[in-house]
Amino acid sequence: MSQLVRRVTQMVTYSIVPTLVAIAAALLATAAIVWISGAPVGGFLEAMLSVPGQRDLVIIVNQASMIALSAFAAAICFRMNIFNIGVEGQYIIGACAGAFFAGSGIVPGPLNILATLVVAMLAGMAWAMIAAVLNVTRGVSEVISAIMLNYVALTLAGYLVKTYGSKSGYTFTTGTIPPSSQPLGFGIFSGAPDVWALSILAVIVAVGYSFLLGWTRFGFDLRTAGESRTAALANGINPKKMVLITMAISGAIAGLVWMPSFFGSTHTFGIPEYFQRGLGFTGLAVALLGRNTSLGIFFGATLFAFLSTQSNRLQSVGVGRDVVEITQGVVVLMVVIAFEISRRVKARREQESVARELGATSEGVRA
Amino acid sequence: MTRTIASPAAVRQVRYLTWIVVLAVLITVSLVRVLTDQNRMTTPGTLRLALIAACPILLAGLGGLWAERAGIVNIGLEGQMLLGTWGAAFFAYHFGAWAGVAGAIAMGALGGLLHGLATVTFGVDHIISGVAINIIGLGAVGYLAQTFFDGYEGGGPRNLSGYAVPREVTIPGISSAARWVSEQRWFLISDVAGAIAGVTTRLSLLTILALLLVAFTAWVLWRTPFGLRLRSCGESPQAAETLGVNVYLYKYIAVVISGGFAGLGGAYLAMVASSSFTTGQTNGRGYIGLASMIFGNWNPTGVLASSLMFGYADGISLLSNNGPLVHAILLLLAVLLLGYAALKFRRGERMTAYVVAGIAVALFAWYLAVDSVPSDFTGMTPYILTLFVLAVAAQRLRMPAADGKPYRKGQAG
Repeated sequence: MSQLVRRVTQMVTYSIVPTLVAIAAALLATAAIVWISGAPVGGFLEAMLSVPGQRDLVIIVNQASMIALSAFAAAICFRMNIFNIGVEGQYIIGACAGAFFAGSGIVPGPLNILATLVVAMLAGMAWAMIAAVLNVTRGVSEVISAIMLNYVALTLAGYLVKTYGSKSGYTFTTGTIPPSSQPLGFGIFSGAPDVWALSILAVIVAVGYSFLLGWTRFGFDLRTAGESRTAALANGINPKKMVLITMAISGAIAGLVWMPSFFGSTHTFGIPEYFQRGLGFTGLAVALLGRNTSLGIFFGATLFAFLSTQSNRLQSVGVGRDVVEITQGVVVLMVVIAFEISRRVKARREQESVARELGATSEGVRA
Repeated sequence: MTRTIASPAAVRQVRYLTWIVVLAVLITVSLVRVLTDQNRMTTPGTLRLALIAACPILLAGLGGLWAERAGIVNIGLEGQMLLGTWGAAFFAYHFGAWAGVAGAIAMGALGGLLHGLATVTFGVDHIISGVAINIIGLGAVGYLAQTFFDGYEGGGPRNLSGYAVPREVTIPGISSAARWVSEQRWFLISDVAGAIAGVTTRLSLLTILALLLVAFTAWVLWRTPFGLRLRSCGESPQAAETLGVNVYLYKYIAVVISGGFAGLGGAYLAMVASSSFTTGQTNGRGYIGLASMIFGNWNPTGVLASSLMFGYADGISLLSNNGPLVHAILLLLAVLLLGYAALKFRRGERMTAYVVAGIAVALFAWYLAVDSVPSDFTGMTPYILTLFVLAVAAQRLRMPAADGKPYRKGQAG
């Protein structure tokens, strides 16, 4: 019992308090920028801190699910000490491949959804493997190759849709999903649109992620290799194999990122109108914010989705809505700074308590 | 792999070899141009475009170099560059062209200072801080543009035009003479003349500044005591500390200069590459700059060479109706890679040679199979090219030993 109490107190002091302080500091810093630029600060704070309506709540849940998926893709690589900046490209390729497959209607009915998810995952995985194989066999920095692959993915997807898709309005799109394969959403509020059915993917991935990392031999190997590749090698874990598998899983999760929106809202794919770019980078930030834990990522994703959704109200009080991105960036920075400070405080306290106990026994010796 | 200290004779031999390689590449380019009849490959116009596209990447790359030589990974270049674009537009609109340049440098340096505060003082992971700064930069520029530029003449919530930009100069005599020679389409001579005409015609003063900064960076970092101390912070901060170097101070200086370079790159984008400001103008060039720095092996001349390559690929993607030109470049790449494979084969690196030769043959097959490359692919060229070259050359790159590692004062035992 006292063990539990101590763990809870530790969590509150060293995780929850720093996070809350960081969020407050980020809001204050943004408010300061708003004030300096001469826009109404009161209106800004009021708009940001107001309670979202039913429609906004649904948008927040939908967006948070996609951000969380992207964050899990980034997080599993972070645990392996790989910086997968390529989630952006991987989810573009996953979305493009999935959309082509779903639109073609090869598999009938609801089974099409499942098959499409598999296709999207495989496509994302294949794209991630390019960077992984180059890293393992040729020693190419995964950061640089992923940056290049992000551009190639965007252009390639555009080219494929233009060449093999059909024209709708001013943009080219892939075929629309047959109505029999369009899932119903979760109707939570009667007066608002449904929550996208595939938002549930975020929960499934979260459970899988926690289980894989916390409860399996593979997860243990992965975290070991992430801490120290040499230590892993000494214990019979092949770090290169771990890089390949981790990137494959990450790419597969990345392939799912846009699927909730695809099946829940657009039903077709075409850049820029029928797609949402930038989720890969948001996911990176959220993974960092959530310290690569499932709960942390859900919290971070909800926070980011909340901030973006609330920003729609800013225009009416005369503040540019882009200011929210400053808040998001500052939150990430502040959270890591707050954690670093609390880590230093914790280390000093531990050192002091050790010194005190040692001091009590060795007083005579020193004199 | 054994490392030996190069004797002066060996160094001379390497220099000699470099010139041979440069000459061989030039001859190949010229041959391919004549064979495919794609004269636009080396016209002054194309090369001028390439230079203009290269400069922002060069400045970002040099910025990255300054930071990483002091041991700080600055992935926030993109955000600092974005801040630079806004600074250039805002200050140039109110106070004139050079105030705009100074404002851009200041805005970029501010981003660098923030990165320094997070990474040096608070010991935050460099990548996290960089990602955060990129988000902040994007948001700040969007917000500031909307707040300030909306009411300006020639401005809108996401753009501004009509501010003063640095002057362009044409070197009389040389420019027109080189242009005349390049129009004769002589083998080799016209290609070189095209390059000369490209850098002497309507040359922005900012371009000259960017090129001078390459030499300046090389001189400061490798020829002054200050540079030696700064680099020692990137190689072994503990050793530097024991020699009395204030590592924190040097890291701060390096990262602020780094941000300033990125900001100047932003100014270049908003003043020379285009004469107006739009939000999100950098379009990932900060990241490309980072790639060009790694590609250039953390070396000013290397950064220059690789950013010129990126710039050339970027430049030709801007040309109209460039399908046949990119098609010709496929042949050029195939020949160059084949030559590289032969070189590797002679040195005994058989495996690499086979892989490179395989890629060369595949490119050649592609060249034969089509008449023109779809315009989407030309946009991809710089990125695919980088992947190729990295895959072939990655192992020979060496970054500063303590790059990206956390450092706390008093660690030295």
